[in-house]
Amino acid sequence: MSDAVQVTTETGASPGPPAPAASPGWRAGLRPVRSAGDWFLQRREASVLLVAVALMLYFYTQRPDVFFEHSNLVNIAQATAPTAIVAVGIVLLLINGEIDLSAGVVAALVPFLFYFGVHDYGIPVILSLILSLVIAAGFGFVNGFVRTYFGVPSFVATLGTFFAIRGIMLIISHAYPSPIPEEAKGGFQKWLGQGEWSGLIWALIIVALFHVVLTQTRWGLHTISVGGNPVGATEAGIRASRIKIGNFMIASTLGGFAGLLEAFRINTIDPNIGGGTSLIFNAIAAAVIGGTALAGGSGTVIGALLGALVLAELQNGFNLMQFDQNTIFLITGIAIVVSMVANQYLSRLRRAGRT
Amino acid sequence: MTDTPTTSPVSAAPASGGVAPNGVDALRAEHIAKRFGALTALRDVNLRLGKGEVLGLIGDNGAGKSTLIKILCGFHKPDAGRIFVNGEEVTLRSVDHARSLGIDTVYQDLALINELSVYHNMFLNREVVRWPLLNNRVMRRQAKAHLADMGVNIPDVTVEVAKLSGGQRQAIAVARSVYSDAKILLLDEPLAAMGAKEGALILDLVSDLKRRGDVSIIIIAHNYAQVLPVCDRVNLLQHGEITLDKRTSETSAEELTDLVVAEYRAARRNRQPS
Repeated sequence: MSDAVQVTTETGASPGPPAPAASPGWRAGLRPVRSAGDWFLQRREASVLLVAVALMLYFYTQRPDVFFEHSNLVNIAQATAPTAIVAVGIVLLLINGEIDLSAGVVAALVPFLFYFGVHDYGIPVILSLILSLVIAAGFGFVNGFVRTYFGVPSFVATLGTFFAIRGIMLIISHAYPSPIPEEAKGGFQKWLGQGEWSGLIWALIIVALFHVVLTQTRWGLHTISVGGNPVGATEAGIRASRIKIGNFMIASTLGGFAGLLEAFRINTIDPNIGGGTSLIFNAIAAAVIGGTALAGGSGTVIGALLGALVLAELQNGFNLMQFDQNTIFLITGIAIVVSMVANQYLSRLRRAGRT
Repeated sequence: MTDTPTTSPVSAAPASGGVAPNGVDALRAEHIAKRFGALTALRDVNLRLGKGEVLGLIGDNGAGKSTLIKILCGFHKPDAGRIFVNGEEVTLRSVDHARSLGIDTVYQDLALINELSVYHNMFLNREVVRWPLLNNRVMRRQAKAHLADMGVNIPDVTVEVAKLSGGQRQAIAVARSVYSDAKILLLDEPLAAMGAKEGALILDLVSDLKRRGDVSIIIIAHNYAQVLPVCDRVNLLQHGEITLDKRTSETSAEELTDLVVAEYRAARRNRQPS
């Protein structure tokens, strides 16, 4: 995984002769010495990867009998996937200097929209899936529009839509679960969440896709610009509102998609998907643990994936060690604060390093 | 996009001396006014910039220099007044629109993105794309070549601009505008936060551009003694109005100082100094 990180950021778009040719002579000699330390400082993902691996080893020593069992790895994968997918959208927004508290309840709403589309309106499953995600994007548009047009801080705007969307979901579902429509069963459901690894595979695809979007496309550069220097970006002619609204739409759509995967996985469309606030809070935590700062201007989706993995490992490992849930909450909380402090410290080092 | 003034019927050959003899001005502003709430930033500004000319726009803090520039580049909309580019009246709808007419700006607050590399900043919002991806290799190469061409010494264009000195950042900002094919360049305090050597670099750069003659430049400067040698003409902005318009050869730093000081004294007589 770490290799993939390097390759895509450095030479993803240029297949020709890469970095070495460009490095000035005197630095080339020092390269091997500094590179190891440098790499860890420069790559935000590296420290989280280290934590993820360390946790894995620790829990393995605690429960060598079960930790690397197939079924346990599936557990971890299935806990990682929805958090990671939602966290991708959150990272884009955090880089923009925004946040979306409503993406987690969009996850609960969208499976119902899908269900009604297929069951009540007889829409083909693929089309219904797409339509329900388009509606999710619509909620993202509302978030972005309220934020940029009325200037309501996104924390407040999406807190409002959080309650509103939850309300809509509970009204249209009558707070009762619905079954997966017959038309969606079989291969469709298997590929979209029911298969043991399908959730994780989707998460990896989405993370890879948005890593490229963030580091290798205009959209990504402009997202960073708008968050890093809003005035400067606007003066350069970048339309900040458009970028922000787009990222709200992405976050909301990913929330909806994560919800669909969850519904197919647990084989029922449940109003409790996303656990109210827990999915979105986990996603924000994953983004933060992954090295994305709330200040805007920088962040990493690969880090968010690793952050989601760390959270899933903590939950899973301490479960295996028979800690009770209350203690796990406490540990997760401490993990977030510690990683935030470490982040601050590391980014100061990064800034001081190599002028 | 309703009109295309860039292709107006003007003789393409600019006078090598700098100022186009007569012809049409590159940029002309008439009776520009702008208020921010109770504050009147610009009262009645009339300004012209000849083709290939370098105009020094000077004035004390708060005279409205930055506001005027932000209007000329499409960032602010004036409350009143008309703007002509190449003799044709335009309504600047946005920075993008102004840019499409060839007006580009280097701001005082440097529209650089600290978190991005030098070459991404050089190409900000004009990225070279091999859809759907950025063509980083081409941008790196061109940025490096262009900076070298301008004599700006940046060892590594992949470095984040946050890690560069103030002078280097300014040089990149200026280089970026020049590189963007601007026909009218607005430099807002280009020498602020600059060492003497780096300042000289920017002034050399302006002289170079003047020699080429295809760019018209307005330099806004607080420290006019420094920029005077590269300017063809000087305008003094006071209380939101142009109070002096002279060729550089007909004035001097001393005269300008006297005017600014006189203004300061007058202001002091009216109310307490801040």
